[in-house]
Amino acid sequence: MLLAFDTATPAITAAVHDGTAVLAESTQVDARRHGELLLPAVDEALRAAGVKLDAVTGIVVGVGPGPYTGLRVGLVTAAAFGDALGVPVYGVCTLDGIAYAAGRAGEMDGPFVVATDARRKEVYWARYTDPRTRATDPAVDRPADIADEVAGLPAVGAGAALYPQVFTGVRAHAPQHQSAAALAALAAERLESGARFLPPLPLYLRRPDAQVPAGYKAVMPK
Amino acid sequence: MADEPLVLGIETSCDETGVGVVRGHTLLADAVASSVDEHARFGGVVPEVASRAHLEAMVPTIQRALKDAGVTPRDLDGIAVTAGPGLAGALLVGVSAAKAYAYALGKPLYGVNHLASHVCVDQLEHGALPEPTMALLVSGGHSSLLLAPDITSDVRPLGSTIDDAAGEAFDKVARVLGLGFPGGPVIDRYAREGDPDAIRFPRGLTGPRDPLYDFSFSGLKTAVARWIEAKRAAGETVPVADVAASFQEAVTDVLTRKAIRACKDHGVDHLMMGGGVAANSRLRAMAEERCAAAGIELRVPRPKLCTDNGAMVAALGAEMVARGRAASDWELPADSSLPVTEPHVPGQHRAA
Ligand SMILES: [Zn+2]
Repeated sequence: MLLAFDTATPAITAAVHDGTAVLAESTQVDARRHGELLLPAVDEALRAAGVKLDAVTGIVVGVGPGPYTGLRVGLVTAAAFGDALGVPVYGVCTLDGIAYAAGRAGEMDGPFVVATDARRKEVYWARYTDPRTRATDPAVDRPADIADEVAGLPAVGAGAALYPQVFTGVRAHAPQHQSAAALAALAAERLESGARFLPPLPLYLRRPDAQVPAGYKAVMPK
Repeated sequence: MADEPLVLGIETSCDETGVGVVRGHTLLADAVASSVDEHARFGGVVPEVASRAHLEAMVPTIQRALKDAGVTPRDLDGIAVTAGPGLAGALLVGVSAAKAYAYALGKPLYGVNHLASHVCVDQLEHGALPEPTMALLVSGGHSSLLLAPDITSDVRPLGSTIDDAAGEAFDKVARVLGLGFPGGPVIDRYAREGDPDAIRFPRGLTGPRDPLYDFSFSGLKTAVARWIEAKRAAGETVPVADVAASFQEAVTDVLTRKAIRACKDHGVDHLMMGGGVAANSRLRAMAEERCAAAGIELRVPRPKLCTDNGAMVAALGAEMVARGRAASDWELPADSSLPVTEPHVPGQHRAA
């Protein structure tokens, strides 16, 4: 019994999966309230599935990439559930979940690209050979700088929709944000096949913004 | 007593990941992971660096606190967490962790105020707080005089800084002197070798028409910087120890003077002092001296409980449980500007 959630995109999404099928999903889109809405989403998904928390045998969490503040909500929640319940935590690249959902929506039958909004006029993105197979490491870039690598490819995700001049193959009906149901289903497949998971640690892809004051030197006598 | 509430407290409002466990007024564990060294080269706390460090340290620090306390999570009567004020992204890590543990363990969640926690921690050191409590809180983030008839429900701000917090002034003066970050401990060390009367730095907001209980440290900070620049411009050596001692004297003079005035005006016979700057040795000594002269009992926790820590959050959480205050709900937000008048954030929707 898997409990899956992801806070790396504007969606706050949680789902319960019994190893065979998704039992319930709760998803809201509110880019500023991940911290407030995640636990209620988990609670709602468990209730709708009729599953008690002590039946959960694994936590699946989207590890990003995604804007950091929201991303951390999902990761620290997963780590805390894993510790409190004594169950393993499986990390999955957030873009993989979106790619898998696009495949389920019947949108993709060849190579494609997934891109989410990284803010600051950048996108998080990766290329896929099929909905289960990522061809490149997730990266953060300005759309103009990757135009040659994504030109003409079918594209899904809110990051692609934001920059249609670069992502020329945007699929309007493909998923924009993460769905925990897709994330859970993908994780269940990987568990079944013995595939490897990512450690449940954030994919930030950027260094923290911090300026060392000019002319400042630290001389700390002990 | 075994029937006193057993509470775990989580604090992540700034750069310390603190997790404490208390039973009533008894401290069982106080685990801290600090990211201060990662900020030193930036000369101040970098919020994103702090948030990343909180995420890494959160679960291991909770595990360590429970182990140190010798309790299992099932024994807990509640989980308390700093809901604000503080750095938004940093608070959110602690709040999210507290919610997940409370939910997974089936325990009530208490989102509490960081400032009220700084006051309540003294219960772990000196027993039940007198009511009302007069408290002087001084740190890098806050400088406030509070009167609390009930620390769980009624906290009244008498005054606070109108510009910089006292701890910020320490950091800025240390920076001008080239002494590194954080400034509090290093200024304290140098000041011990210096003459506190060497330079007469200004005492902010102490004029006859100034607000009685408010503080201002910005003018002092500027005066110290100008004095140092003038020395350097004249090609003279800056007497670091004398500057540190004289600056520290000006800060502690104003803080203690106003705090004792507040006690007298409100007929309160004790003063509680907390926050990181309350670990300053000169502030402690001067407060002791002046309180004794005024017949006021001084209550200052040991330095480790004055700086940010999880035990203080657990202490306030235990008091919330003991007094039957309403738990927070799962929508509890991290509120970077939670007002001091709200000691905790009771649930709006359904009880946790
Ligand atoms: Zn503090």
